[in-house]
Amino acid sequence: MQLDFSKNYFELFSLSVSFDLDQGMLAARFQELQRLLHPDRFASAGEQERRFSMQGATLVNEAFQTLKDPLTRATYLLSLQGISLDNESDTQMDMAFLMQQMELREALDEVRENDDPLQATIGLLDEIAVLSRSCFASLEAHLHEQAWSEARDWVRKLQFLRKLRESAVALELALEDEL
Amino acid sequence: MALLQISEPGQSTAPHQHRLAVGIDLGTTNSLVASVRSGVAEVLPSSEGELILPSVVRYLADGSRQVGREARDNAAADPHNSISSVKRFMGRSLAEVLATESNSPYRFVEGEGSVPRIQTASAKVTPVEVSAEILSLLRKQAEATLGGDLVGAVITVPAYFDDAQRQATKDAARLADLHVLRLLNEPTAAAIAYGLDEAAEGVVAIFDLGGGTFDISILRLNRGVFEVLATAGDTALGGDDIDHLLAEWMKQQAGIEVKDNHGLNRHILDQARAAKELLSECDEVLVEIEDSEYEWQGLLSREAFNELIEPLIKKTLSPCRRALRDADVSRDEIAAVVMVGGSTRVPLVRDNVSDFFKREVLTHIDPDRVVAIGAALQADVLAGNKADGEMLLLDVNPLSLGIETMGGLVEKIIARNTTIPTARGQEFTTYQDGQTAMALHVVQGERELVSDCRSLARFELRGFPPMVAGAARIKVTLQVDADGLLNVTATELTSGVQASIEVKPSYGLQDQEIEQMLRDSMDYAQADKDARSLREQQVEAQRVIEALDAALASDGDDFLQADELSQIQTARAAVLAVAEADDHLAIKSAIKTLETCSEAYVARRMNASVRKAMAGHNLNEYER
Repeated sequence: MQLDFSKNYFELFSLSVSFDLDQGMLAARFQELQRLLHPDRFASAGEQERRFSMQGATLVNEAFQTLKDPLTRATYLLSLQGISLDNESDTQMDMAFLMQQMELREALDEVRENDDPLQATIGLLDEIAVLSRSCFASLEAHLHEQAWSEARDWVRKLQFLRKLRESAVALELALEDEL
Repeated sequence: MALLQISEPGQSTAPHQHRLAVGIDLGTTNSLVASVRSGVAEVLPSSEGELILPSVVRYLADGSRQVGREARDNAAADPHNSISSVKRFMGRSLAEVLATESNSPYRFVEGEGSVPRIQTASAKVTPVEVSAEILSLLRKQAEATLGGDLVGAVITVPAYFDDAQRQATKDAARLADLHVLRLLNEPTAAAIAYGLDEAAEGVVAIFDLGGGTFDISILRLNRGVFEVLATAGDTALGGDDIDHLLAEWMKQQAGIEVKDNHGLNRHILDQARAAKELLSECDEVLVEIEDSEYEWQGLLSREAFNELIEPLIKKTLSPCRRALRDADVSRDEIAAVVMVGGSTRVPLVRDNVSDFFKREVLTHIDPDRVVAIGAALQADVLAGNKADGEMLLLDVNPLSLGIETMGGLVEKIIARNTTIPTARGQEFTTYQDGQTAMALHVVQGERELVSDCRSLARFELRGFPPMVAGAARIKVTLQVDADGLLNVTATELTSGVQASIEVKPSYGLQDQEIEQMLRDSMDYAQADKDARSLREQQVEAQRVIEALDAALASDGDDFLQADELSQIQTARAAVLAVAEADDHLAIKSAIKTLETCSEAYVARRMNASVRKAMAGHNLNEYER
């Protein structure tokens, strides 16, 4: 026996299937559903209700996490179109973008050679943020035009940037610890 | 059944009696039990009127035990048998404990598995059993004060506790005959107490430095919703470490080189702790060692003390930075920094945290009681005493969870600071032709190498059909429940072969070991146990029937066919028939049957409640 709430995550929260999304409304509906389903509501309930509650709350958490983050939201929108991103034999990346990535990665690897490594890392993080914003703008435009294949390319670029950002943040924290 | 709780707001629900539930702060140094009485959460006193129980258990040669103040006061005279700070050993292997406790007075010995045993005058005991002694006393104390059996307890754990440490805590509760309503993270408990008490809103940081553990949690408080954004910490950093540093300094000053005089060590530690506490108020204190062999006196200024402990205090700031990053909030966005745990009385701690967050920190909340109070408030909700359900608590898992892949690398499946409950699957494949089994190793931690993470469990998926390398598709699903405990399932997708294990941590006790301990426990006669089980099952039967009747009255006709309804009615009658008899197993089994019969009904109601809640919203509401 499974719970069966909705066809997709957008519908679960009664939202239109679209990249534009009101974060406040998403959060409010998420909380409304968790008030109904969260295991805390069923702590004194029978075993099967606790199981359903856990299943339901897990699904709602997953749906919320997916829609809250614009990158996973875009990925999810593409998956609703039958477009997958974890394809090993992937189409080629834009060469200019790849070169830029390599340069940024190199700058990150060599950050400790700077006079002020922390400031240099923060500078790189800013650069990544600017790049991400422009990628998101392109992604959004293509999603609006339902140009799925192009949108997919921008999602892949943003995934690169996300990984790069994670490395930069880890480095920033390590540098701050050393101060 | 909690069917009642998804009934219409305002609809009358069957009146039920107040269910007795407690919150327990099982601390490294001290433990407390609290409960909500007449709408107010308060710490329950012992028969001697004490609110705080020192977390010390002394095992005597005649097989008896002392728990609390008496045990603590005798610790210097009987260091081998007086176990303090046992929380530090929970969920740890013998090897890990020995690595960190080289100066410990306790005689650690091997037992079955990797769980350490401590040789005492009366028996070999595991950390779980020592904790159970503390929990058991708190349970009895609460039952005496509240005048009845407890339906359950919320027990707090450091937010940064890993799966093994959480499981060990739950095992201890089981040994103490306590039903765990929830394992609650200590900083979250503090946030509940603080948030409800002061109607606080916005993003708050809870800085919790206790006797042995450190947590930092960032939460968003919004109209009864307590949403943990991120947590970080160190489960081996606390006031104990300050005491040890100070004790070492004292020994150095006094020229004491002997290491294994455990009575003397205990005495010096007690003096160090007293000096530390005084230094929160005074600028200078007199420290003394007074033993049959050694006598020494010295002056310690707060300045010198601060210099000594500063490196330790600085260690709390790195998790603070990480938690802020993970929560994606800046320091200016923090509305309040709440100090929790006895060690936050140390002025240097307050100054450092205040400097870090660039604001005054809140110290007016009793740092010793706030966690137990928050746990009691949550217990009251979980026991079903608050029908309105205004409070919603969204907590996270503190550490990433992953699976070992080729080359000793970790494939992370669930990221740290993911809201729980959560579940996530990942597919793996075979690397040899004809392979029919696969070993899986679940680990917890942030590092990339398995050897740098903590091993949680190993298990094998067997019996799937032989295929060429890479053809099998093994889906491993990790699930974290609302207690932060992990459950793992694995399925080979092309054949459907399923393997499931409850993660018995690599460092945990086996179920049968706990059963044996339960049988062995002296003060727990079978007759008492049966009587308790019977009362529990009778109450449960009554609750199930009440909940079912209320549900059927409201929407039974909408969701059930005539034959389904009649099946449920038959099962209901069977519960009533055995409810007054004295066979707790028969009642349990009848309840189980009733639950099975009504499973589809429960699922339909839950689905309907979700649809109904969302149906109130216009799909395009946000486009206006």
